[in-house]
Amino acid sequence: MIRIEHRTLGDVHILDIEGRITIGEGTLHFREAVHRVIQQGGRNVLLNLAGVTHMDSSGIGELVSAYTAVGNRGGRLKLLHVPPRVREVLTITKLATVFEAFDDEAAAVESFR
Amino acid sequence: MREERAPETYSISLSVASGFEFVELAETVTATLARLTGFDEETAMWISMAVREAVINAIKHGNKEDRQKRVEIQYAFNHDGLSICVRDQGSGFDLSQVPNPLDPENLLKPTGRGIFYMKAFMDEVDIWSSPGGGTTVRLRKRIRPRSP
Repeated sequence: MIRIEHRTLGDVHILDIEGRITIGEGTLHFREAVHRVIQQGGRNVLLNLAGVTHMDSSGIGELVSAYTAVGNRGGRLKLLHVPPRVREVLTITKLATVFEAFDDEAAAVESFR
Repeated sequence: MREERAPETYSISLSVASGFEFVELAETVTATLARLTGFDEETAMWISMAVREAVINAIKHGNKEDRQKRVEIQYAFNHDGLSICVRDQGSGFDLSQVPNPLDPENLLKPTGRGIFYMKAFMDEVDIWSSPGGGTTVRLRKRIRPRSP
């Protein structure tokens, strides 16, 4: 089960994600949400992962694909409130060195300026 | 002299068709058995995530999503730990050809982290293929003695 809310702060598109980013419904809805932001012209994308409970290797793959898709359009994708389980996965896969992550929303939004 | 008794081992088998809708069933069964074995909730979650990866690989790469082919999951557990075998009915693969997802050129690839994921969260991961016999993934996690 996954729930994704989209909101904007200035030109920063924030996706508040709750639940599981795992193969199937989770990865599908996540991909669609990111692509909708891109289609709307969003270039600054902040993924709020505070409510993410599980992320499997397919979820990690979607995160990487989203990062690449936004980057290919000249944008930036960053992470907010990464929970310990997701942080652990990002660390062991060395992706913690790729993604810029924040614990404070205002600081994250400001970092796009 | 005290007689050492072998720990009682319990075995449970699960057989599912090659559909992704059964992945969560395997995950739930695994988490329940891991808790029964004596693992804490967090460790049980990581074990169940490792089994998820093995089952997804069996469905996707082994059985090529052919719903006529089955994925067999066998559990054996005692007070020493939990062992899980996931077997598909595919044509097997060469493990040495699987790229390392930590190599810089692979870091931003969207796929190829399943086996790595299993190895990260289990104590032992053995994978073997036999011609016409599919691929078997054996995952083991030992119970760590609690620190005093």
